[in-house]
Amino acid sequence: MRVRAVEAVGARSLAFVNELGRMTSFAGHILRTLVTRRPRPARVVQEIYDVGVLSLLIVCGSGLAVGAVLGLQGYNTLVRFGAAESLGAVVGLSLVRELGPVLTGLLVTGRAGSAMAAEIGTMVATEQLDGLRMMAVDPVDLVVTPKAIAMIFVMPLLSCLFILAAIFGGYLVGVVLLGVDGGNYLTSLETAVDFDNDVAGSLLKALVFGVLVGLIATFRGYTSAPTSAGVSRATTSTVVVASVSILVFDYFITALWGM
Amino acid sequence: MTAAEPEAHVALEDVRVAFGPRVVFDRLDCRFPRGRISVLMGGSGSGKSTILRLIGGLVRPARGRVWVAGEDVTQLTERGLNRVRRRLGMLFQGSALFDSLTVAENVALPLRERRELSRAEIAAEVKRRLGDVGLEDAGELMPGQLSGGMQRRAGLARAIVSSPEILLCDEPFSGLDPLNVRRIEALLVDLNRRYGHTLIVTSHHIPSTRRMAQQVVFVRDGVAVVGTPAELEKGADRGIAEFFRAEEDEEVPAASVRGGGA
Repeated sequence: MRVRAVEAVGARSLAFVNELGRMTSFAGHILRTLVTRRPRPARVVQEIYDVGVLSLLIVCGSGLAVGAVLGLQGYNTLVRFGAAESLGAVVGLSLVRELGPVLTGLLVTGRAGSAMAAEIGTMVATEQLDGLRMMAVDPVDLVVTPKAIAMIFVMPLLSCLFILAAIFGGYLVGVVLLGVDGGNYLTSLETAVDFDNDVAGSLLKALVFGVLVGLIATFRGYTSAPTSAGVSRATTSTVVVASVSILVFDYFITALWGM
Repeated sequence: MTAAEPEAHVALEDVRVAFGPRVVFDRLDCRFPRGRISVLMGGSGSGKSTILRLIGGLVRPARGRVWVAGEDVTQLTERGLNRVRRRLGMLFQGSALFDSLTVAENVALPLRERRELSRAEIAAEVKRRLGDVGLEDAGELMPGQLSGGMQRRAGLARAIVSSPEILLCDEPFSGLDPLNVRRIEALLVDLNRRYGHTLIVTSHHIPSTRRMAQQVVFVRDGVAVVGTPAELEKGADRGIAEFFRAEEDEEVPAASVRGGGA
C-alpha cells in the first residue's frame, strides 16, 4: 500500500516536471517565432481588442465594486481611531500593491484566458491547426503568438484601469456617502503611494501575470485532446492553473520586490 | 521506393503506426501513381485518414518510409516538411475552415502566407478558384453561413488555390446528399483532368468510387490491397467484394471489415 502511494506521488511528480518541460519548450517556440518570423500587427491588434476591450466592462465594474467595499470597510475601521482622513492611503496602497494586479489577473483569466484556451482547443479539435500545417504555416506563429503578446500587453493596462476604477469607487463611498474630506482622500493617497516602489511593482506584477496567463492559456489549448471533453478540460485547467500561479507568483514578487 | 518506380508520386514502404497499444499498420506498403485518382477504402478505423496524415507529415511512423514527390518525409525537419507541404493540398473531413475569416479570406490564406503574389493577383486567383468550385458569390460569407456541401467546396478551393501537385481529400463525400456528392465528385475529376493533380481520396462512398477511381487501395488488417474498382469488386477476396456490394444492402457485414476499419 505504501509502495503504491509512493509510486503515485512519483508518477505525479514526473508528470509535473514533464509538463513544465513541455511548457518551457512551447514558450521557447513562441519566442523563436517572435524573433524569426515577420510581425503580424493586424492579428495582434485584433487579439488586443478581444482580450482587452471586451474585458473593459467586467474589469472596471469589478474595480468599482472592490473600491466601494474597501472604502466602506476602511472607513469603519479607521473611524474608530480617528484616522478616517487616511482612507485614501489605505484604499490606494491595498489596490496598487496587491488587489489591483491580482484581481485583474484572476478576472482576465476567467474571461479571456479561458476563452483563449477554448478557441485554440476548438481549432485543434476541428483540424484547423493541422490545416495550417498543411499550408506550411506554423500555427504557433499565426495563432498562438499574437494571443500571447496581446495578453502580456493588455494585463498591465487593465490592471491600471481596475485600480483607477477602484479608487473612484472608494472615493464615492468614503467621500460622497460617508463624508470624508475629498482633498484629504486624494492627498493621503498621493502621499502614501510611492511610484518607484508601489506603482512600478504593481506594473511588474501585472506584466508577469500577463505572461503567465498568456502562456498557460495558449499551451493548454494547443495541447488539448481533439475532442469536446479535451477542450473542456483545457478551459478548466487554464482557469485553475493560471489562478493558482498568479497567487503563488504574487507572493514571490512581493517578497523579492520588497513591497 | 523507388528510384526504379518513377511513376509513383507517393509511396509508403514497410510503415508501422501505433497509437499507444493500438497498432494501426505494421508493415504497410502502397503506392499512388502520378496524375491519377486513387481512392483509399476500408472499414471504419482501418487507418485511411492516418495514411493521408502520414503523407502530409502530420503523423510520423514508428518505422518505414513515406515518399512524397521523391522526398522521404519521415526524415525531414519541420522546415523540410514545409517545403514538401507546399506541393500538397489537403481537404479535411470537416473542411477545417477558419471560423473568424470569410470564405475568400480562407481561400486566400495559403497565398498570403507565401507572399509570392500581389494583393490583386491573390484576389484574382481566389476568384478563379471559387469559380472552379461554384462558390463565386460566397466569398464574403462566413463559414458558419455555408451548408455542409458548400463548406466542403470552400475547403476544396483552399486546398487547390496554390496549385498543388498532390491533392489529399479526407472523406469528401461523407454526410452529403447525392446531389452534393455528384458535384464534389465532378469537381475532383475535373481538377484531375484540367490540372493533372495526383488525387488521393479516402471514401466509403461506393458509387462515386466506381465512377471516379482509377485505382482503389483497400486497407484491411493493416494491409493494402490494390486494384481497379472492377477488379476488387469481382476479385477473390470475399470481404472486399462484400464491402462493395454492401452499398446495395446499406450495411457492411461486420466480419468483412473487421480489423480493416477506418
